[in-house]
Amino acid sequence: MEYEVMEFDVLIVGAGPAGLSAACRIKQLNEELSVCVVEKGSEVGAHILSGAVVDPKALNELFPEWKEQGAPLVTEAKTDEIVLLKSETKSVTIPNFAAPKTMHNHGCYIASVGNLARWLAERAEELGVEVFPGFPAAEVLYNEEGGVKGVLTGAMGVGENGEEKDTYVPGMALEAKFTLFSEGCRGHLGKALINKFDLAAGKDPQHYGLGIKELWDIEPERHQEGLVIHGSGWPLSDGTSGGFFLYHAENNQVVVGLIVDLNYSNPWVSPFDEFQRLKHHPKLAQYLEGGKRVSYGARAIAKGGFNCLPEMSFDGGLLIGCDAGTLNFSRIKGVHTAMKSGMLAAESLVEAIAAGNVKAESFNDQYKNSWLYDELYSSRNFGPALHKFGPILGGAFNTLDQNIFGGRIPVTLHDTHADHEQLRKAGECTKIEYPKPDGKLSFDKLSSVFISNTAHEEDQPCHLQLLDDGLPTSVNIPEYAEPAQRYCPAGVYEVLEDEGEPRLQINGANCLHCKTCDIKDPLQNIRWVTPEGAGGPNYPNM
Amino acid sequence: MKAIVAVKRVIDYNVKVRVKADNSDVDLANTKMSINPFCEIAVEEAVRLKEAGTVSEIVVVSVGPKAVQEQMRYAMALGADRGIQVETAAAPSSLDVARLLAKINEEENADLFILGKQAIDSDNNQTGQMLAALLDIPQATFASEVKIADGKAEVTREVDGGLVTLEMDLPAVVTTDLRLNEPRFAALPKIMQAKRKPLAVKTVEELGVTLSNSTELLSVEPPAERQAGIKVGSVDELLDKLRNDAQVL
Repeated sequence: MEYEVMEFDVLIVGAGPAGLSAACRIKQLNEELSVCVVEKGSEVGAHILSGAVVDPKALNELFPEWKEQGAPLVTEAKTDEIVLLKSETKSVTIPNFAAPKTMHNHGCYIASVGNLARWLAERAEELGVEVFPGFPAAEVLYNEEGGVKGVLTGAMGVGENGEEKDTYVPGMALEAKFTLFSEGCRGHLGKALINKFDLAAGKDPQHYGLGIKELWDIEPERHQEGLVIHGSGWPLSDGTSGGFFLYHAENNQVVVGLIVDLNYSNPWVSPFDEFQRLKHHPKLAQYLEGGKRVSYGARAIAKGGFNCLPEMSFDGGLLIGCDAGTLNFSRIKGVHTAMKSGMLAAESLVEAIAAGNVKAESFNDQYKNSWLYDELYSSRNFGPALHKFGPILGGAFNTLDQNIFGGRIPVTLHDTHADHEQLRKAGECTKIEYPKPDGKLSFDKLSSVFISNTAHEEDQPCHLQLLDDGLPTSVNIPEYAEPAQRYCPAGVYEVLEDEGEPRLQINGANCLHCKTCDIKDPLQNIRWVTPEGAGGPNYPNM
Repeated sequence: MKAIVAVKRVIDYNVKVRVKADNSDVDLANTKMSINPFCEIAVEEAVRLKEAGTVSEIVVVSVGPKAVQEQMRYAMALGADRGIQVETAAAPSSLDVARLLAKINEEENADLFILGKQAIDSDNNQTGQMLAALLDIPQATFASEVKIADGKAEVTREVDGGLVTLEMDLPAVVTTDLRLNEPRFAALPKIMQAKRKPLAVKTVEELGVTLSNSTELLSVEPPAERQAGIKVGSVDELLDKLRNDAQVL
């Protein structure tokens, strides 16, 4: 099929911190270059969800005057509290010296990364970048030499069975000298590129977490602006690991969330329900009681770090930010590293364009000489230590490594099992009975998805594709009790019965674009692809 | 034939509306804003009339702060030719918008005004009617079909329990209902071209209009929260509850 073609010097897929920082940096270095950013969300920030406590390190380099320019980083992290929840009611606070110093947040800001992206998009447009929300990049386009030459945007107005509706608009071929992929964790094009160019050769498999987050308006007398709480322990059990966060932002708002590591083995685990009951712990409930939930969302996190980071540069493009996996898990921070990876990519590709090269050859050297490399290198053991030794001994290892050795302990731990391989059969595991939500602190999935403002055109092909339609009934349901109905935080997957026979129902319209199903399906049978443009959540202030 | 289409920037219809903690207004901070869906239908109708050769120029007008230019550019990406923004701090009342539109028309002399029947934020359903009154021209509201020929407009209106078809002389005001058309998607090259289309910014003072500010927003209340239901064990229990607890039988 022939597509209409538009050409740019640089094309960027995904308007998040990595992509927008790259766009701004390119224009700062050479304003003559044409830069186009496509974004699948209905607006910049609509699909962005992060904690977040943001280290302004990269922003200081990109826009040294960011305070005067009104960047939405206003609430400084004042107090760090690290707690271990020992049971439904008990907790202990870990003294600061006994916690890895990567968990200290002095100089960082409690912020909405969605709002940071909105602000970065304004700066990018001022610099002459073309930003197009509502246009998903559906496929990678390759040139005859096998390098990347751009992307194909998704068609609009395609019906459920693939038919063209009255409003049909075909996709467009967007071509560029360089294409940067910054789709965030487990981007579907990033995944295709890693396979195509074998970018992860020799690396550990990527590890993921599922982050679920809510934004609350709380009673002013319970609010302590700048308080940053991290913790782990209850209610996760049975080898399931993860951690929670609760940050006091401005305007009497708190953000609260739970990250569940996706290497859990019990298929009865429901991250959503773990999070809902977590909020009943007195340590969290003391702030939330009497408050009102404002928004809800979820997103997978690539947290493997240094040992899992694929080769980022290839002919015609680069993989940046969480699409590659630049998050520093020891600090639970990915925004400054994603931004830095975008800025480094920008610097190397501007050189490459000037030299007429098809590959950003200098990227790896620039990366190795940057603080990004140092930061990721020195935290390389953090996740593997927790996975190998558990939260207590692993935590002790990390405190020793980070506080005594500065991350340079002369050993590198590896975690070589992909998350989806860890799931055990349902019959071998203890079924978990979750308490019913009370409608005050805890809620059900559907009322949660409702306040994520998620909307998809109903009449379109399902964007959650089963590679083999038969596997849910033949394997997932009988052997794993279909874990998708529990790990999906949006109620997309349901097991219904037709004449006594269970079958998997996929409600694609609920999808929050978190990508967990693409990651965790034990048979890797679910493929997440982009739905019609502008579909998905519409997160405010997330 | 020149058409003026007025568009309003409103909270996106997919976004759950939240009331500010002090009940002073709806909270719009960092929420997605879009063109009012009825206004989008108005733009689409004008573009279809232009494609049919009936309309030769489409002028899109919006009243509000600089941010409304985003929706005006969107209208231009759909096919409007140029824009006029009347800069005001907030969205004025329907009457003030109608007066501003009437004033703009002193220079523009449009033959056709297409407006959304109402905006989904304030639900007023007034601006089109007020504009027709101020200009002393005919109007057809809630249009589900518009035909233009020989200086006349034939408009089918959706009314309670059926359809009414009116014929009126131009110039005239048409306000759009949901079934008039299904707006197209803005294509990427058109969005780029729209950035270069002319967009004039005028102040209220330049137009010589004094805003009446005839209405004042006192407070906004969210709807009462729905109480959780209960499950009953039998029909008898249901009847009992309906009779004695709910007292509806």
